[in-house]
Formats: sequence, C-alpha cells, structure tokens
Amino acid sequence: MWLAIIVAIAAAALWVAFNDNYPVRQGLDLQGGLQVLLAADVPAEEDVSREDMTAARQIISQRVNGLGVSEPLVQVEGERRILVELPGIANANDAIDLIRETALLEFIDTGSQPLPEGTCVRTTLNEGRPSPCEDEAPAPTFETVLTGGELRNADVQTDSFGRAMVAFQMTPEGGDILGSHTANNIGQFLTIVLDKRVISSPRINDAISDAGTITGNFELEEAQNLALQLRFGRLPIPLTVESTREIGATLGALSVEASLQAGAIGVIVVLLFMLVYYRLPGLLADVALLLYALLNFAIFKWLAVTLTLPAITGFLLSTGMAVDANILVFERMKEELRRGSSLRNAITAGFNRAWTSIRDSNIATLVICLILWGFGRNFGASIVQGFAITLAIGVMISMFTAVIVTRTFVGLVMGRAAEWLRSREWLLGT
Amino acid sequence: MFQLVQRRRIYFTFSAIVIGLGIIAMIVSYVQIGTPFRIGVDFQSGTRFEVQFQEPVTEDGIREVFNDSGITNPAITSLQGEALENAWQIRTEFMSPEEADEIEQALDSNLAPVNPEATLVQTVSPSVGAEVTRAAFVAVLVAAGIILVYIMFAFRQVPNPFRYGASAVVAMLHDIAVTFGFIAITGLVFGWEVDALFLTAVLTVAGFSLQDTIVVFDRIRENISKYPLEDFEMLVNRSILETIHRSLATQLNAMFVIVAILLFGGASIKHFIAVLLVGLLSGTYSSIFNATPLLVAWEKRAMEAA
Repeated sequence: MWLAIIVAIAAAALWVAFNDNYPVRQGLDLQGGLQVLLAADVPAEEDVSREDMTAARQIISQRVNGLGVSEPLVQVEGERRILVELPGIANANDAIDLIRETALLEFIDTGSQPLPEGTCVRTTLNEGRPSPCEDEAPAPTFETVLTGGELRNADVQTDSFGRAMVAFQMTPEGGDILGSHTANNIGQFLTIVLDKRVISSPRINDAISDAGTITGNFELEEAQNLALQLRFGRLPIPLTVESTREIGATLGALSVEASLQAGAIGVIVVLLFMLVYYRLPGLLADVALLLYALLNFAIFKWLAVTLTLPAITGFLLSTGMAVDANILVFERMKEELRRGSSLRNAITAGFNRAWTSIRDSNIATLVICLILWGFGRNFGASIVQGFAITLAIGVMISMFTAVIVTRTFVGLVMGRAAEWLRSREWLLGT
Repeated sequence: MFQLVQRRRIYFTFSAIVIGLGIIAMIVSYVQIGTPFRIGVDFQSGTRFEVQFQEPVTEDGIREVFNDSGITNPAITSLQGEALENAWQIRTEFMSPEEADEIEQALDSNLAPVNPEATLVQTVSPSVGAEVTRAAFVAVLVAAGIILVYIMFAFRQVPNPFRYGASAVVAMLHDIAVTFGFIAITGLVFGWEVDALFLTAVLTVAGFSLQDTIVVFDRIRENISKYPLEDFEMLVNRSILETIHRSLATQLNAMFVIVAILLFGGASIKHFIAVLLVGLLSGTYSSIFNATPLLVAWEKRAMEAA
C-alpha cells in the first residue's frame, strides 16, 4: 500500500522537478541585485497602522514594477518595516530614489495663468521636508486648494475623439472643497504640482465636485503617467532607508557553483559511507535519500522557495538529519540482531524504538526553525528566514523518507528475503 | 563495562578550559576594540563595500579616496580566495546610499576601474543594528525556554523531567558559548565577524546539540523502564555506550558534508561553515560528556541530600 503512495509521490515530484512552469527562484546572493530595508520614519512611540504599511507596500510595488525587474519582492516585515528586493538591477541608486519618493501632491490655484510643466513654485502648504525646487522658486506663493490626500483614485479614459484624458475621483471632503472652488473659478487654472514642481496645469471648464476629468493634448503615455502620479504620488507614511545591500551578479554565482559542487561531493561521500557501513539496508537508505533530495527540490520549486546560500545550507543540514534517522534505525537493528533476534523482529524493533528519538529531536529542530523564521521575518534578515524554511521542509520530508520510505523498502526487500539473507550476513554489515 | 560517566570531572574541566579560552579572547577583544567579538554590519550600524578592481591597487590608494570624501577611518582588508583577485572590503561609519554611490564612482574614476559585476554595498542604520542585536539575544533566550518546556513534556514519564530539560539546555548553552568563543578568537586572529549568518550557525548548532542530547536521553528513558532497579550511574553509562555508534556515524556524515564545503565551497560562506564545524563537534561532545554526566551528578547529589 505504502509502495503505491511512494511511487505516486515520486512521480509527482519528478513532474514538478522537470516542469518549467515552476522556476527555481534564486535569491539575491545567487544572481545579484539590490535589497533595501525601509522603515516608517515616525517617532518610535507612535503606532504605525497596518493599513498604512500595506498601502505603502502596494505603492512601492507599483513603482518598482515600472522598473521592469523580474520578480521583484516587496513585503511588510514586522510592524514598521518594508523589505524590497530587486534581483538583477543595474542602477541601484535610481531604484532607491524611486522607492523612497514621498512626493507631496497639491492642487494649487494659479489664477488666470497656466504654468509650464516642470516649473518650480511656492505654495501655502509647508508640511513635510523642504523641497529643493521650492527654494529656487520665485514669488508669488500660490494657494493650496487640495492635497493628494483627498484624492481617491485616478485613471486614464479616452473621449469620443479617441483623445486620452485622466479621470479622477475625490473623497467626500475633497469633493466639497473642489466643488466650491471650481464653481467660483471657472476659466481659471488649477495647477497640479508634485513636490512643488508643476506636472500639469489644466483649465477649469466646469464646476466639478467628487469626480472629474483632466483633458489636454495628452499622448496616451503622458496621461497614464499623470494618472499614476496622481494615484501613487504620495506614500501614506514617510519611509527612511535602514539598510541596503547591493550585490554584484558574479560575486554570488561563483560562490554558489563552488558550494553546490562541494555539497554534492559531501553527499556522495555520505551515500558511499552508508553503503559500505550498512550494506544492503544502507543501499535502501541511499535510494530513500535520493528520493528525499528529489522531493525537496520539487517542493522548493512548487512553493517558490527563494534559494539563497544559507537556504541551500539549510537543505544540506536537513540531509544530515535524514541520514541520522536511518543511522538510528540501523544501529538499533544491529543491536537487536546481536542480541539474537530474528531479522524480521530486528527490523520491526529497529524502526519502532528509533522512532521516539527521531520524533523528539526533529520536533526540537522544527521549534528552532520557527524561532529563526520569526526572527528573520521581523528584521528583513531574509537569509536567516531562507535557512529556517529549507531546514524545516527538509526535516518534515526526512520524517517521511527516512522512516516510511526506508521502512517500506526494507520490509519489501529484506522481509521477503529473510531466509536467503540468513546465510549472507555480510550483506547486513553486522 | 567501559567507565565513561564516572570520569565526568575531566570532561567538565576540559569544557571549562575551552570556554575559558573563548572568554579570554573576548576580554582581549573588548580591551582592543571595545566589543567582545568583531560585530558585523548586520548588527551594528555602518557601511560595508566589497569592491573588485580590474587592476591591482594598494590599501593606501583606497584610503586616500575615502579620505578625500571626508571619511577618516575606513577599515580596509584585502579579500582572499578564488576569483577574488584585487577584491577589497572597506568598512566605514554609516552613510547614505547616495554617499556610498559617490564613493564607488570616485574609486572607479580616481583609483582603478571597478568591476560592477562583483561589487557589494551594504548599509545599516544605527537603529536597526541595535534592534537586531536585542532580538537575536531574545531569540536565543526564547529558544532555550521553549526547548526546556518541550523536553520536560517529552520526558514526562521519567522521574524529575526538569533535570533532563535543564541538562539539555545547559549543554546547548555550552555549545553556544563555544561558538561565541571561537568567533572571538578568530575575530582576533583573522578578523572574522559576527553577522546574521553567524547567528544562523549558532542556532543550527543549538539544534544539533539538542538532537544528540535527546537521542542519548531517549535511550536513558527506555532503559529506565527496562531496568528499573539498576544504579542510575551504570544505567546512564550503558545508555551512552549503546548509542555511541550512532553518535559517531552521524557526526562522521555531517563532517563529510561540512568538510567538503569548507574545502571546495564558495568563499562567502567559509566562515559560516567553519563555525558550524566547531559547533557540531562541540555539540556531540557536550551531549555525551556534559549533558548526560550533568544529569548523573544532579541525580546523585539529590539522592545524597535525601
């Protein structure tokens, strides 16, 4: 019965392992790239709401998606940090600037004059950090009517002539302010500025309240940019860069190739050792161990586990524990055989008695993994996290392969051939 | 039967000497650099560059570029290893990513062309450094506490399960102390640093140490129910001898993989693997020669007191 399940699982694992739809996710240390840990820039005693962090994460995701990086990672870490990983990025500094931009979006009343794009202005609103643009701006100081905070959404639409325009919705409060302002200023210009720099200067054609459109001679792309700036111009909380790691592409690749080869050599020596020391059971354990490696690889691909150097090390160490489980069983079997048990009884006793050790020690390891994982999660120490995840997966798989699979194989081969093996003790390595 | 547990004083003394050496190294290190071991950028604010130049440069040349940018005391070391020709590590006080970028460009234009494929720049601000240190400390304490409770639960059928848990935790802390001593010594000799990877190694060592201890304790648990009348010291001695094949075989297998990576693996995890190697040796030693004898000593003292 177990044999059928094992064969089915092995087949499924093989399918995943050779299916290109499940790519191997390489960590930053393997393929190079940029890692930035951002933290909410508010006093420590002040609480940061979960919603704000999630919103900030989404905005940053939108921004980095525009960079065209494959598989960027943006995630909230703990209560006030956001981790951004951009694999294979060339210009780290531009990326950091883009992520960190906490642009202040304002709608200002510029009276009867439209302002050309890129002009620096002064406004009545002076919150946030001073903008270098504002310092060089000439008088006058324009009145701020609204800020991006009152804007709910913005997207691109096309009118009946196929011209692109930006449609936007305001919050109820924003709608009231905009309604009364536009009603009194038809024909005037309501200029949109980002960090005191003009991005668009539309004319008020009609009184608008909670929803309106900005028309102009937009190319589609320009309109999209404007909508994006309106929507994502502002982060809900200021962020500061806490740590950055910029890793060149070849630095990791060389290291990983060497480490993988070294690991393979080590595992081959282990397989040989098991074969020489435990003979026939050792051979069966080796088969189980190869299945273990296959299952791990398949699960890493299936769950999209990011493989970093520590993650690979975690896997290798769990391999050690898988081997240990078999050693525990076989040593126990030998012991029972030396006491004069029959082979069949020795096999049963070996697995049953060794199980408590395997169970207790593996649970202890899983507990350690959980603590490591929690530690890594709170501090953007994704390398520690990767190690914990692969070690935990490995330990769980090893309980399956080293106990159930080996037991099935041993029962199948040695149980059937017990008579034949009696006269060939060298095969048991006792 | 070979008398193993009876010679426990020797083992305790040996452990004390090893840990003592580590503590001396920590004190020396504290006097020299102000911390018990070299603390890496992960746990301390600062900026770390790993730069590979396309032609040979001198330490003074690098220092000059940094000085020109107003950084007075960069710590410069040359990196050794395969594919690390002309590669240098430079550590400075914390600086913003923009400043770091300017320096990288200054190195490239004023000193020698930099290989952009092989550079690494890491900055950690003061706040995150302190917080990570505290969290790492808490992580170890929480781990010790949970393990203690877990072993007490797993060994609830034997008399005094608390002693089993406490002995296992002491052995685990012993191994953590040995690895910290090791990093203090290598910090003095080779300049190795405590970083996030080191923490990973320490916790792995703790896990393996526990695994070894639990295997021996499991056998004691079994033998207690099999031979309830046997003298505890003899029973423990028997349990160790019965499991020693397994301990050695497992240790040997772990060594195969670790030594292979140490000899042929990538340069960036060599420190990590070396710490693991020392920690695993210590872990097997401590479960056989510390945890179990400690349990015996404790039981005996309690018996004499009663």
